[in-house]
Amino acid sequence: MKILTGNDLKSGAVTWWDGVQWSLHVEDAVDVGDHADTILAREQAARRVNAAYAIEAVKDEGSVRPAHIKDRIRALGPTVRPDLTLKPADPEAGNWVI
Amino acid sequence: MYRYDTYDQAMVDARVEEFRDQVRRRLEGHITEDQFKPLRLMNGLYLQLHAYMLRVAVPYGTLSSAQMRMLGDIADKYDRGYGHFTTRQNIQYNWIKLEDAPDILADLAKVEMHAIQTSGNCIRNTTSDQYAGAAADEVVDPRPYAELIRQWSTFHPEFSFLPRKFKMAVIASDTDRAAMKLHDIGIQIVRNEAGELGAAFYVGGGMGRTPMIAPCINPFVPLDQMITYSEAALRVYNRHGRRDNKYKARIKILVHELGKDEYTRQVEAEFQHLLGQNIEPPLAELERIKAQFADPPFEKIGTVPTFEIDRSDPDFALWVDNNCLAHKQSGYIAATISLKPIGGIPGDASGEQIRLMADLARDYSFDECRVTHAQNIVLPHVRKDQLYALWQQLDAAGLGTPNLDLVGDIIACPGLDYCSLANARSIPVAQKIGQRLAAKQQEIGELKLKISGCINACGHHHAGHIGILGVDKKGTENYQLLLGGCEGADTSLGQITGPGFDEDGIVDAVEKATQFYLAQRGEGERFLDTYRRVGMPAFKEAIYG
Ligand code: SF4
Repeated sequence: MKILTGNDLKSGAVTWWDGVQWSLHVEDAVDVGDHADTILAREQAARRVNAAYAIEAVKDEGSVRPAHIKDRIRALGPTVRPDLTLKPADPEAGNWVI
Repeated sequence: MYRYDTYDQAMVDARVEEFRDQVRRRLEGHITEDQFKPLRLMNGLYLQLHAYMLRVAVPYGTLSSAQMRMLGDIADKYDRGYGHFTTRQNIQYNWIKLEDAPDILADLAKVEMHAIQTSGNCIRNTTSDQYAGAAADEVVDPRPYAELIRQWSTFHPEFSFLPRKFKMAVIASDTDRAAMKLHDIGIQIVRNEAGELGAAFYVGGGMGRTPMIAPCINPFVPLDQMITYSEAALRVYNRHGRRDNKYKARIKILVHELGKDEYTRQVEAEFQHLLGQNIEPPLAELERIKAQFADPPFEKIGTVPTFEIDRSDPDFALWVDNNCLAHKQSGYIAATISLKPIGGIPGDASGEQIRLMADLARDYSFDECRVTHAQNIVLPHVRKDQLYALWQQLDAAGLGTPNLDLVGDIIACPGLDYCSLANARSIPVAQKIGQRLAAKQQEIGELKLKISGCINACGHHHAGHIGILGVDKKGTENYQLLLGGCEGADTSLGQITGPGFDEDGIVDAVEKATQFYLAQRGEGERFLDTYRRVGMPAFKEAIYG
C-alpha cells in the first residue's frame, strides 16, 4: 500500500494522512492508491502538512507498517528514548520498528 | 572570554526580529516551504526525523556559565529536557516547534549567542582546542584568532553562497586536539625561530564520503595577514569549486584535483593581489579581542593553604588520572566532564545537568566551560585543591564517568534515531559497545571509537582508532568497521576491514579487535600503535577468522 507522511508545519510533529486529515498515529494511515500527488499538492498548499511524501507500507496484524526503517522510527520516535516515543508506557511498542 | 560589543548585539538582535517575521510569513502562508527553507537553515533550523532541530553555535566551544545555563533552560522550556553536544562543539535540540524558534533565538541573544551559519554553504562555526588558554603546551591562546575569523566570516557577503559548507579550526599547540587537518582550512599558530608568531595553513582536509588529510600549503603566514590569506584561500575555492556536483563541491576535491602546488600558486597570487587592498582587520581590533581572552585571576601558590590533590578516594583518583590535563598555571588543572556514562547517549545532557555544569563552571572555573569535539565538557581552570569537591558534585549528578579517551568515550552522531540523512542508528551501537567493554576499558587504555550513521561522517568515523560507519543494506542497518584512523599530528584515515556486520555483529567485532590488541600489544603501546605495527591483515584474521 502507498501512504502519505509529513510533518506538522507549526510543531514539526510527524503526521500521517488518514483520508480526511493528518494524524499523529501511523495506524490511522490509509492507502492513497494513485492519488498521492494530488493529495500532497492540496494539503501542502493549505499548510496542513509540511515536507510531505509518499511511502510504501504494509498491513501487518491490522496495523500499518512503513516499509523502510527510517519511516518506522519516525512513526514511533527515537528507539533510544522510549520515554519520548508516542507509546512511552508500552515496552513492546518498538518491537516492530527494527 | 569574548563579550559582544554594541555592533555584535545589534546585529544578532536584528537577525532575531528578521527571522521572527520570516516565521510569521511562513505560518501565514505568504511564503512557501521552498522559499522558507534556506531562511530557516541560515538560522540553524533543520527539519529532522521527528521535529525541527535547532543547532546553536558555540564559537570555538567556549561558553560562560550564563550561556551554559541558558542552554539548559532552553532544553527544559522549549525542548524535551535535554540537548545534544556535537562534534562541531555546538549544541542541538531535537524537538523544536517552528512557532517557538524566534523566542529561542531571542533568549539566546540575551546571552550573546545565536544559530547563524550553523547550516548552509557558508563558513560554519570555527572550532578550536578545548583546552585553549589552559593547556601547558600552547604557544598562545588560539581563541582570539578564532574570534577574528568568526567576525570576518559572519555575514561575509562573498562567502555566503560557497559551493559547499566550509569548516575551519584553529589550534596553537603541536598536540592537535581539534582534528585540525580534517577541516577545510586548519590553522596552527606556530612560533618561528625568530620567536615570531605565524599561522600554518592546512587546506583541503575533510571527512565525509571522500576523506582527505589537509596538506600544509603555507607553514608560516604572519598573523597580521591571517585573514587576508584566509580570504585568498576561500576566493580560489569560490572561483573554481564544483557547483555542478554536490559530492565534488568541497574544497578538498578542488585541492586534490588542481594539485596542492597549483592550488597554492593560485592562493599566493590572490594573496599578493589582496595585500594591496588592505583588507586585514585593524590591529586595534585584534588587540581588543585579545584583551578579552586575558588569563583569569589565578591565585598564586602561597596565598592558599595547599594546591595539592588529595587522592585518598580511589574513584576520584581514577577520574583525575583519566579526565584531567596539566594546566599552564601551576596549582590548576583542566578537568573534562564525560558525557558518556556507560550505556548512555553520547553527548546528551539533561537541562538539569547542563545547569549544574554551568554552576560548577561559575564556582570552580572562573565562569567558563568548553564543549569538546568529542562531545564532552571541559572546566578549563580548576584549582587542584578544589577538584575533589567538584568531582563529588559531578559524580552525584551522573557526570563523573572516568573514561576520557577510553573505549567508552565514544563519539556518535545522532544517526537514524534523529537524523533524516542517516542510514543506520549510531547511538544503540555506542551503548552496546560501551556496556560490553565497560569492565575492560581501563585495561585497554586509550582507544578512540567513533561512529557515524551515514557517509557524511559527522561522527568522525574515518578518524577513529576504531571507526564504525552505518550503511543501508537493502533496507536494513549494516555497519562497516574501520581501523587505524587518527586525528592529531599523525592524522591518518581508517581503513575498512571487510564485509559489514549487523548490530550485534559489530559489537562482537569490536570486542574481538580489542581482545586481539590486548594479546598483541607491546610495552606501552596503545591500540593504535599496535594496529600500526601489526597491520590490517592480522586484525582482519582476528575479526573474521
Ligand atoms: S553522519 Fe549522517 S546520520 Fe550522522 S548526523 Fe551526520 S548526516 Fe546524520
